[in-house]
Amino acid sequence: MRSRRWQAQLTVAVLAALLGFGLAVQVRTTQDRSALGSARPDDLLRIIDDLSARSERLAKEEADLRAAGDRLANAVDRDAAAVEEARKRIAALSILAGTVAAHGPGVQVVVDDPGHKLTADFIVDVIQEFRDAGAETMMINGHRVGASTYAVDNDVQIVLDGATLSQPYTIIAIGDAPTMATALAIPGGIVETAEDKGARISVTQSADVVVDALRPLSTPRYARPDSSE
Amino acid sequence: MIAFAGLLLGVVLGVVVNPTVPVWLEPYLPLAVVAALDAVFGGIRATLDHIFDERVFVISFLSNTLVAALIVFLGDQLGVGGQLSTAIVVVLGIRIFSNVAAIRRHVFRA
Repeated sequence: MRSRRWQAQLTVAVLAALLGFGLAVQVRTTQDRSALGSARPDDLLRIIDDLSARSERLAKEEADLRAAGDRLANAVDRDAAAVEEARKRIAALSILAGTVAAHGPGVQVVVDDPGHKLTADFIVDVIQEFRDAGAETMMINGHRVGASTYAVDNDVQIVLDGATLSQPYTIIAIGDAPTMATALAIPGGIVETAEDKGARISVTQSADVVVDALRPLSTPRYARPDSSE
Repeated sequence: MIAFAGLLLGVVLGVVVNPTVPVWLEPYLPLAVVAALDAVFGGIRATLDHIFDERVFVISFLSNTLVAALIVFLGDQLGVGGQLSTAIVVVLGIRIFSNVAAIRRHVFRA
């Protein structure tokens, strides 16, 4: 009887040990493994569905962001090109308007007119002839010639843009030097006219002349840019 | 007392040996453990009621774990393994709670 009881107790103890063992193993397993290892097939399916939906969403988001990035990069490129274009225009327009100094190949014309026979018309003709021959910018006795430049007579002297020109008249023009020199020397042209009137005129071609007189930039009072085009 | 010593021994053994649970056993082990816990709490309650019987304990212990595993296995075959596992945990949980309540009344008279 005593041994039977002992045996039963032992069985209970073994079962309890079994429970403890299972408990410890299960706790360790739960801690060690990720939840996926012991998940059921249908749970796994749901997890996979969730993940693939999420990955689709993220892929779409990535595509959107890439497109946005490309758009921005293109915009940056376009802006840079526009800035470059604007710089070139500024350079061209500044030289045209006479707000910056310029240098380049050109000719220098010196006219000495002791008899004061030459009038403002002569200066206008010179400017016109130079422009016709492709001069890009010029100055006369240190006065930059611009779009609004005018020449008038004042008694025997010539007034350019309100400033009296003193002799000799020195005209410097930047452009294709041979073309301009040829244009001045044609029969009935500037050189011949000046010499007919008793003036001494010399035309010097140069690989590099400097036009450093500047014109103030005036804001138009009446004219406004028409941006409809 | 010797049962408690066995429990401790089992825990220590499990921690020290730290075996890998075979994959086929993985879904059943946690429920078997819960079922065994239920049996143990029932045994403690019976002891306090002075009606503890080793034979009853052994049979309830073994049948509890086996039935729990069987139900989960059946559920897995029917495609409702997850739900049935939850059902078993709920039922055993309730039983454990009521057993613990009875033990509490014995121990604290409340």
